[in-house]
Amino acid sequence: MKEEIIIAGFGGQGVLSMGKILAYSGLMQGQEVSWMPSYGPEQRGGTANVTVILSDERISSPVLNSYDTAIVLNQPSLDRFESKVKPGGTLIFDGNGFKRFPTRTDINIYRIDATEYAYANNESKTMNMIILGGLLKVRPIVQVENVLKGLKKSLPDRHHHLIPMNEKAIQTGMKLIQKLS
Amino acid sequence: MNDTKKKNIEEVRLMKGNEAIAHAAIRCGCDGYFGYPITPQSEIMETLMELEPWNTTGMVVLQAESETASINMVYGGAGCGKKSMTSSSSPGVSLMQEGISYIACAELPCVIVNVMRGGPGLGTIQPSQADYFQSVKGGGHGDYKLITLAPASVQEMADHTVMAFDLAFKYLTPVLILADGVIGQMMEKVILPPFQPRMIEEEIREKCPWATLGKPKSRKPNVITSLSLEAEEMETINIRLQAKYHKIEENEVLYEEFSCDDAEYLIVAFGTSARVCQKAVEMARAEGIKAGMLRPITLFPFPTVAISNHANKVKGMLTVEMSAGQMVEDVRLAVNGRVPVEFYGRMGGIVPSPDEVLKALKDKIVKQQLVIN
Repeated sequence: MKEEIIIAGFGGQGVLSMGKILAYSGLMQGQEVSWMPSYGPEQRGGTANVTVILSDERISSPVLNSYDTAIVLNQPSLDRFESKVKPGGTLIFDGNGFKRFPTRTDINIYRIDATEYAYANNESKTMNMIILGGLLKVRPIVQVENVLKGLKKSLPDRHHHLIPMNEKAIQTGMKLIQKLS
Repeated sequence: MNDTKKKNIEEVRLMKGNEAIAHAAIRCGCDGYFGYPITPQSEIMETLMELEPWNTTGMVVLQAESETASINMVYGGAGCGKKSMTSSSSPGVSLMQEGISYIACAELPCVIVNVMRGGPGLGTIQPSQADYFQSVKGGGHGDYKLITLAPASVQEMADHTVMAFDLAFKYLTPVLILADGVIGQMMEKVILPPFQPRMIEEEIREKCPWATLGKPKSRKPNVITSLSLEAEEMETINIRLQAKYHKIEENEVLYEEFSCDDAEYLIVAFGTSARVCQKAVEMARAEGIKAGMLRPITLFPFPTVAISNHANKVKGMLTVEMSAGQMVEDVRLAVNGRVPVEFYGRMGGIVPSPDEVLKALKDKIVKQQLVIN
């Protein structure tokens, strides 16, 4: 199994953290993982993105130009990465604030209105975990159990009481995601 | 690069390359780190500050007022036989060149890390490999060489830190770890090296008789300097240095081969470029093109003999770098005109994609061979 993922959005939406949690989850299930952030000017007030690769084999390039799965959380990220999803791949977007929507017909497109849900339910801090839940519903690349183990390994002890809240957010995302095409 | 699969998951950590250097430095008994922050390597000092090794191993971690000060603090520490290191990124390493030349001439051990970013000038903060010439052809003034290690994974960032100190003390020379923004910033699995205690003063006196640790009555003063006003004396020092570099070239070459056994086309690349090229080789093989890759792990000493041997077997070579083409000159010297050696690179902070490399391999090498044949 090998999954090449790009996650992109505005800085502050939890893009890099979501990637980190995925990488830790892969680690917990004994996979090879790589996590390559955009640390350039885009991180300083534009769009941020992270490439995460989970694989049973040794990972060659941590930098890619086509992806099995793209998760895009803002318009510039959709514009940049829609064309870079491999045919038959998966595109997940949060439609909040979008003016142009995905148009490709050779990929699986899913919408998850996590931003809207998170703000309506005062759960904005777990917005990225809602989206992660959506991803795991349609692409079960890591088991939820391993995500929770990964959170436990990566978070300092003082934050471990927040893990149940994150688990709930994952469950919410699994219900919220809808297939468009 | 990354074969951590069979190891116990508890030992495996996930961290950035920069963080791995900091952890490895503490674990291999480093006595002092002196640095000045610059993207994309600031996590090295940040991690050291977070880990507070002065409370555990007694290691000093100090933010100097500039890169020039950092390298001169390293010079001072090294003169006392202490395991001393600094790190920076391209513009900062340029500022250190005078000190590096002095340390090389004074024949002292130290480790310098350069996590390269796009230049020239203040440039950009994104990854680059354009400091190859600076690293292996001198950089500072005079006839000196730095042992230059080129890690291509987070695991190697940790392993090379330990290896760099070992080589520095074996040959009494500065050792450079030449990484780039990708290797510094990305997270991968890593197994950290085991803890070694710092050397105690008696050990330093025994292993480093040249160190300036205070003069006992039993010997003459140790003098550490890079100044010799007599030309004859300076030539003697140069002859000694050249003999040392020759010995390093004979004994310390490291490289890795990937899919080379039956290769008709060879890609030569180091660091991040080698990771990208490995994928390009996989893609080429899937299309039936017999490509392989040679990755120099030491840039000085350069794997000249290994590349030369491949020149007798392959139809052509492609060197891929994140620069305008620097290492390609050393590849061409090794090949000496026997087969075409072409170059593909991106500059200023752009990382080439595996697709681009595959296209370059086809356009510049494979198709040209078909025309010739």
